[in-house]
Amino acid sequence: MDFLNLLSRMPAATAQGLLWGLMALGVYVSYKILDVADLSVDGTFALGGAVTVMAILGGVPAWAALLLAVAAGVLAGLCTGLLHTRLGIPAILSGILTQFALYSINLRVMGMKANQTASLKNFGMFYENGRGFLVSSRHVSSAIYMGLAVAALVVVLLYWYFGTEQGSALRATGANPRMSSAQGINISAMKVLGLALSNGLVALSGGLMTQFQGTADVNMGRGAIVIGLAAIVIGEVVCDSIFGESCNFALRLSCVVLGGVLYYMVMTVILWLRLDPNDLKLFTALIVAGFLSVPQWKARRSRTLHRGGGK
Amino acid sequence: MLDIREISKTFNAGTINEKVALNGLSLHMNEGDFVTVIGSNGAGKSTLLNAIAGTWPVDKGSITIGGVDVTGLPEFKRAGLIGRVFQDPMTGTAPNMQLEENLALAYRRGERRGLRWGVTKAERSLYREQLKTLELGLEDRMRVKVGTLSGGQRQALTLFMATLKKPKLLLLDEHTAALDPATAAKVLELSEKLVSEQHLTCLMITHNMTDAIRYGNRLIMMDAGRIILDISGEEKQRLTKQDLLERFAQLGSGEVSDATMLS
Repeated sequence: MDFLNLLSRMPAATAQGLLWGLMALGVYVSYKILDVADLSVDGTFALGGAVTVMAILGGVPAWAALLLAVAAGVLAGLCTGLLHTRLGIPAILSGILTQFALYSINLRVMGMKANQTASLKNFGMFYENGRGFLVSSRHVSSAIYMGLAVAALVVVLLYWYFGTEQGSALRATGANPRMSSAQGINISAMKVLGLALSNGLVALSGGLMTQFQGTADVNMGRGAIVIGLAAIVIGEVVCDSIFGESCNFALRLSCVVLGGVLYYMVMTVILWLRLDPNDLKLFTALIVAGFLSVPQWKARRSRTLHRGGGK
Repeated sequence: MLDIREISKTFNAGTINEKVALNGLSLHMNEGDFVTVIGSNGAGKSTLLNAIAGTWPVDKGSITIGGVDVTGLPEFKRAGLIGRVFQDPMTGTAPNMQLEENLALAYRRGERRGLRWGVTKAERSLYREQLKTLELGLEDRMRVKVGTLSGGQRQALTLFMATLKKPKLLLLDEHTAALDPATAAKVLELSEKLVSEQHLTCLMITHNMTDAIRYGNRLIMMDAGRIILDISGEEKQRLTKQDLLERFAQLGSGEVSDATMLS
């Protein structure tokens, strides 16, 4: 139990948390703004990774590989959206179907291998040659700066977009579909658009994670939705407790990214405590279930029926 | 302004729950008509409004609003022509968006929504000016989340939003039924004020016969998916609640007791 050892692990946890924070922003768009629990993200995260690693191996600059990953993620989101709106399949099932299909697709993208590696030695870093990796676990401090820069850019873009007419229409669709339709908003189109945007972000995160690790694995996205939700609920608690009522949209998004970082820090502590890593998913599920049930508990406390009859 | 020709709608056709909700109904409304609609539960009043708004397509017949044949158009494409207030005060607004954001959504009803700012400075002051005329104090709460407003305030806001961009047709679906009597009266007064000031064409469903008689220049009574009574002009002005009950007893299918028509 060496405390310095724990501290020495924190920078890597921060970098990973920032990259996963991007994925949480994607989940935020579907889960919080559009009010759709989209389970395709587990597959989309790995899709982003698979496309990125294969593009890099094929000679595409690492930054351009990320753009391809985003495009692939957008396509996956379109699939989920169209399954839901055009074919009338419930949203949650549409996501599961896309995720399921993506497993085969990801294997095909990676040449029928379960994982593919692009080594840092062969490609170098972006700041060395302009084509190399943007982030790498071998250069943790630069990975933190790059993670911060990308997260800041995405937060600014999302803040701008959701302030526009179209972004407002998308928010309204999630908030009140009946009203939106009566105001002339094509809610089906908005759902498809939102899911495409969400999955594009998730694939970006998968692509960056792949560069960070130097490898993509067909299972790398397993449970991504839960980690995304964990980051969101942690972020919201932080946001509400620090800023309270004055927490605006940009701060809220930033807190979601921060939630990703905090999540990875907690996980690092758990590993440092020598708890069995196989139990991590159980811990995560418990944490998320706990936080997601907070509104229910609050409501229950304020309901008179549950108050004691003593006074 | 509104021309409905022999529309029919059957729900759950071919099943044990089959229900003929509209049965070859025709209705013509002139520009500036304010029509109140009464009828017992299940007479097809709300179904008529949903058919006009395009919540689902009708089985037969045609609907034309302001010269545009909307029969085949989905709800969101008709929205530019129609302002609508629902019975449930929660339905007409987005609770977790700001008051001014809700207004901005309504201000762009039926228009393309691009990447310009969702709420501009100029429209903000426009909203503020116009909200003042409602005398509800909402002009000072532009940044408040609509979900924190009371039911009456939300319904008044929905009404305001429905007329913010002048609609060809205003549809009011028992929009005061869920409010307490004092608030309901206030919202009704506001409805009439907006309709007369902007010379709107309006179709208003109500459960309250007194309101149906007091407001509007024309009254229709529905039963079993048809219009069974259509009174306008001076005849409507002389109308009493007692007259209406007698006419309903004569004309109605009698399946539902008269009491259900009363508020």
